[in-house]
This record gives sequence, C-alpha cells and structure tokens, in this order.
Amino acid sequence: MSEAKIVRPDEREDKVGDGREAVGRAIRLANLDLPEADRELYCDARPQAVKPYNGILEKFANWARANSLWILGFGTGCGAIELRPLMTSRFDMYRYGIQPRPTPRQSGVFIIGGYASVKTLKRIVRSYEQMQNPKFVLALGSCTINGGMYWDSYNTINRLDHYIPVDVYIAGCMPRPEALIAGFNKLKEIIRAGKGEGANKYAENFDWYKANQKKVIRDWNMPDYNW
Amino acid sequence: MNPIVLQILFAAISLFVILNWGLILGGITARIQARVQGRIGIPVWQGYIDIIKNYFQRTSISHGIMFYLGPIFRVAGGVGTYMFIPAIFGSVLFSNFHFAGDVILVMYFVFFGQLGMALGAGESGHPYSAIGVSRGLAQMTAFEVPFALSVIALAAQYHTLSITDIVAAQQGGFVHWTLFTNPFAVIAGVISLLGMNMHNPFSVVIAPQEIPIGPPTEYHSSFLALLQTNRAIFNIAKLVLFMNLFFGGATTIWGMLIKTFSLYMVTIFVGVSFPRFRVDQSIRFFLRVPTVIGLAAVVFAILVF
Repeated sequence: MSEAKIVRPDEREDKVGDGREAVGRAIRLANLDLPEADRELYCDARPQAVKPYNGILEKFANWARANSLWILGFGTGCGAIELRPLMTSRFDMYRYGIQPRPTPRQSGVFIIGGYASVKTLKRIVRSYEQMQNPKFVLALGSCTINGGMYWDSYNTINRLDHYIPVDVYIAGCMPRPEALIAGFNKLKEIIRAGKGEGANKYAENFDWYKANQKKVIRDWNMPDYNW
Repeated sequence: MNPIVLQILFAAISLFVILNWGLILGGITARIQARVQGRIGIPVWQGYIDIIKNYFQRTSISHGIMFYLGPIFRVAGGVGTYMFIPAIFGSVLFSNFHFAGDVILVMYFVFFGQLGMALGAGESGHPYSAIGVSRGLAQMTAFEVPFALSVIALAAQYHTLSITDIVAAQQGGFVHWTLFTNPFAVIAGVISLLGMNMHNPFSVVIAPQEIPIGPPTEYHSSFLALLQTNRAIFNIAKLVLFMNLFFGGATTIWGMLIKTFSLYMVTIFVGVSFPRFRVDQSIRFFLRVPTVIGLAAVVFAILVF
C-alpha cells in the first residue's frame, strides 16, 4: 500500500517564483494554468484612481448617483435578512431610488450584511473589485465595526474597513430596516457632498488593503486584482 | 431646406419624443406593478436618473470588440425598427422613413438587435449570458411563428406590405380595425407581442434571481446605459407597430399615446397575473395554440378578402 504524500502549499513544485509571495505562502494566480492567449481573461492589473469631473458636472453626476443606488444582491451574513422587508411593501426602498441589482458589474452599493467570515471575505473582495468606480459600501451591524458577538472568533474578521473602504456604518444587532434607510440617507448626503470616494481610496491604498486581505485569507487562489 | 435633410430632422424629433415617452411609460408601469404588490414604487422619472448615473460611471471594461458592438447593434435594432414605422398616420413630422415594403424590413429589425446582442453577450464569457442568449433566441424563434403568420394574414387581407397602406385601409371608424375585420390575426399577433415584451410569463430570458440578468450580465456603465436607452425606444417602436397593424394606427399624438399605453397594459396585466414559464414550456406554448390561430388568420384572410 502506497502512502499518500501530503504536500504543503509552500513545498509544491509548481510554486510561483515571480515574487508574488505573501506571508510565507505561494500564491497561485487563477490565470497561471491558462495558455498565453487566454491569460488576459483574468486581469491582475492594479486599479487606478480616477479624478472626479470639475465643478457643476461632478455635482450633477453626484446628484444622479445619490438618487440611483443599485445595491448588489449578495447577502454576506445574517443581516441580509433585513433586506427582504426593506425591498417589499412594508418599507419599499424603491421609493428612494434604491434598487437591487443581480450582478456586481452593474451595482454601485455593496451592503455587507453583518459578520464576514474569512471564506466570505474572499468573495466580498472579489465582488467589490468587480464593481465599477464609483462604488459605495454600507456596513450593516456591529460585527462589521468591531466583530460584535464574534469579536474573538477564529474565523471572522473584526473590522471591515481594514479590508475594503467603508462609507457608512450602521450599528446594531440587528439594525432594523428603518436604520438601514437612515444609513442610505446618510450615504446620499455623503455622495452629494462629493465625499463618496471609496473606490479611489481603495486604488490609492491598494498595497495596504491587499496586505491586510492576504494576512487573513490563507488560501489566496485568486488574481491580485480582477477589476 | 433640402427635403431629405428635413426628413432626417423630423425623424430625429420623433425619435426624441418616442425616447421620452418610452422612459415615462417605463416609470408609469413600474408604479402600476408596485401598486399591485402593495408598494408605492419608484418615482416616474427614475429611468432618466438611472441612465444619467450609468453614463457618468467613471470606469468601464470591455471584453473585446464584439462585446463593445453588442449594445450598438441593439440600439441600431431599436432605432432602425422605429425609423421605418410611420408613427402617426398623415403626420409629416412622425412619418419617419416609411416606404412600400416597410413591414418586412421592420420584422427583420425587430430581431436584428437580439442577434447582435447575442454575439456581444457571448463574448463577455459569462456562463449566465450564454444561458440567457440561448433561451432568448429559442423563445424568439418560437414567437416569431405566430407573428409572421399574422403579418402574412394582413398582407393577404390588405394586398400590401406597406404599413401606411395597412393603416389607411383601417381608417373610418373602429369597425374597420383589423381587430374587428380579422380577429384571429390580432389574437396571434398580441400573444407574440407578450413574448416580445418579455414580461411574465415569458420573462425566462432575463430571469432575475435565477440566472442573474441573462444576456446583459456583464454589461455595465455606459454599455448598460445604451441598452436602457434602447429599451425605451424599442418598447414603443414595437407598440407603435402593433397599433398600426391591428388597432387602426393613430391620427394624432394623443391617439398614439393612449393606444400604445393601452396596448402595453395588456402585457402588464398578463405579467402581474401569471407566473413564469420555463423556456421549453414557452416554446411549446407558442408553437401550439397561437400558431394554429395564426394559420386560421391566414386562411380567413384568403377566403374572406
């Protein structure tokens, strides 16, 4: 009977040697096994900060952005349960120009619904990067602020804005849909004032965010950046 | 002024009117659907804000040249459809570029956009786009059968392929409308309109919550804004076409607004009343009863007229 050999990630022979190592582990990019022609399907280019328009044009754009908030339909934690009453007849968020959107490409607002386990954080980062600039993050519940009741958990992150930039925190466990609407109103104020620059902040402090993400995500098998 | 320049100017004005009517109609119907669900719903002008926001998105990415051309083909399909339909009978401003065989060209243009979109969405490489495209094309092939049969019935009935002549033949009171002279053609045509508008029960193509949003899954920023602009134009173009073919056309702009609104309410009424068909069910549906009704319309038109 042959003995199965366990290969640790950093002992693997196909380990990447191009300097993409972080916290002592080999990083395999998702496009590495592909033929040269298909590699561009997974982009690992860095995001670039985009300068806002000047004067009244940016004000007009911000007015439109504030009145058309498309949220990403991705329930990342138990807080996502609060989004159902928010979009149905009791609270009806459509009145305020807030609509759910099924794909990250088309959405502008990412609601992190409560605790983010490390496994979910990986998906949060990928989804966040696929959203287009400008993008806004609404962190729902105490777990996103300091970990909440999961503050000493081995598998959840404590402070969300170490990993992606957050525009508005809504405290509570759970915050009710009214609190969420108040958070949306705050977000609208921020956007109208031209302070909702999370996407540019992410691009400018990219190395810091990536280092933080790689510190907690042990099996980093995704591109460094995928738009 | 040179007559062709004047005609292009008039066509641009009529396109602008139709675009605004399409966006407002979208808002009104969203409001009505919201009332059915016991909500208040989006503001009527939300469509404008969404489009402005999408045009102002700072970044957009492309997956290649066909991906880029997809929305352009879609807009060409929408604008092309409208450009060859005389929107208001007897009006110079709204007569667009109608000519003797325009109904055939319009039938082609109705499906041109979807084919272009299929190529563009295919290049995005997203599996849900591919599923949406295959569903859309399959369903399109199915509802084209009763629609083509009802147009053939009209051609046999009125001995013309010109939309203007078909409208002219229906003037002089509502009993002259195709609705009363050949009801089979109208039933087959309006059922295929339900399929074209892709509300329930034929909404499986974009099926939100199931395959995220079908063909436009990867489209965003100004690509999506272009698709939204086209949706407003294309919706009204289809309604104006059906109004001309079956409901006596319109002689004033108010007549056009009222008739297209009422016709769209048929789609909305069916949409809020029925759940969604699977794609195989909708294909079977179109190829059974509506096709038989369409054949009956052709036979009726040949025997009676």
